[in-house]
Amino acid sequence: MDKVKGTAIGAVRGLGSAHHGAGHWLLMQATSAGALITCAYLVFTFLFLPDLSYGTVTNWLGGLGPTFAIALLIVAVFWHARLGLQVMVEDYVDHPGRRFAVLLVLNLAAFAGAAFGLLCLIRIGAGA
Amino acid sequence: MLVSILHRVSGDGFAFVGLPVLLWWLGALASGPEAYDSFTSVATSVPGYVVLVGLSWAFFNHLCSGIRHFVLDAGAGFEVDVNRRWSVVTIVGGIALTAAFWAALVLL
Repeated sequence: MDKVKGTAIGAVRGLGSAHHGAGHWLLMQATSAGALITCAYLVFTFLFLPDLSYGTVTNWLGGLGPTFAIALLIVAVFWHARLGLQVMVEDYVDHPGRRFAVLLVLNLAAFAGAAFGLLCLIRIGAGA
Repeated sequence: MLVSILHRVSGDGFAFVGLPVLLWWLGALASGPEAYDSFTSVATSVPGYVVLVGLSWAFFNHLCSGIRHFVLDAGAGFEVDVNRRWSVVTIVGGIALTAAFWAALVLL
């Protein structure tokens, strides 16, 4: 932004809309709905399992339905968290280069976290 | 304004603390009984319970204020009285759901 003369608003005035602002908002809605449903399922599971011992939990989570539900949970929640943390970064990290670097790390962390969670599900399903 | 701040704090807080705990739990389940034992021994210590209760509050608070966002995004609830009432409901609801969850977990 240093090379642009005048104010920040002057640099963008007249360029029109970026035309992709709604995408983030729509994804936030979709992932929050998915997270809401799958997290509600996990909360009720915590309440209705007889205990949370290793045997009980792996026996439950080894089933196809629960594996599928928690896989959806991982995708929805990590995607939702990635979008939410992006908003925080864009609000508080002003320097463009630093912001790019932080968002890059955020993307890598979100993908890595989701991938690790899904890998764990596969191993639990295979009987660890 | 408080509801908005709490929405951000509980959401970002859950992302930074809750998701690592979720992955630790899944990783321990995938690694076997010994790993799960070390997870539960930390999780059921006093600091562990403090973190878990805090995470459950962050979850339920973010859930309540998130549902409020759904309503506001639909264009409803912008009248001052209605807006103020539902703001209070999200804060009280987050605390009430947290208390109800732990009561049910202990009693059921």
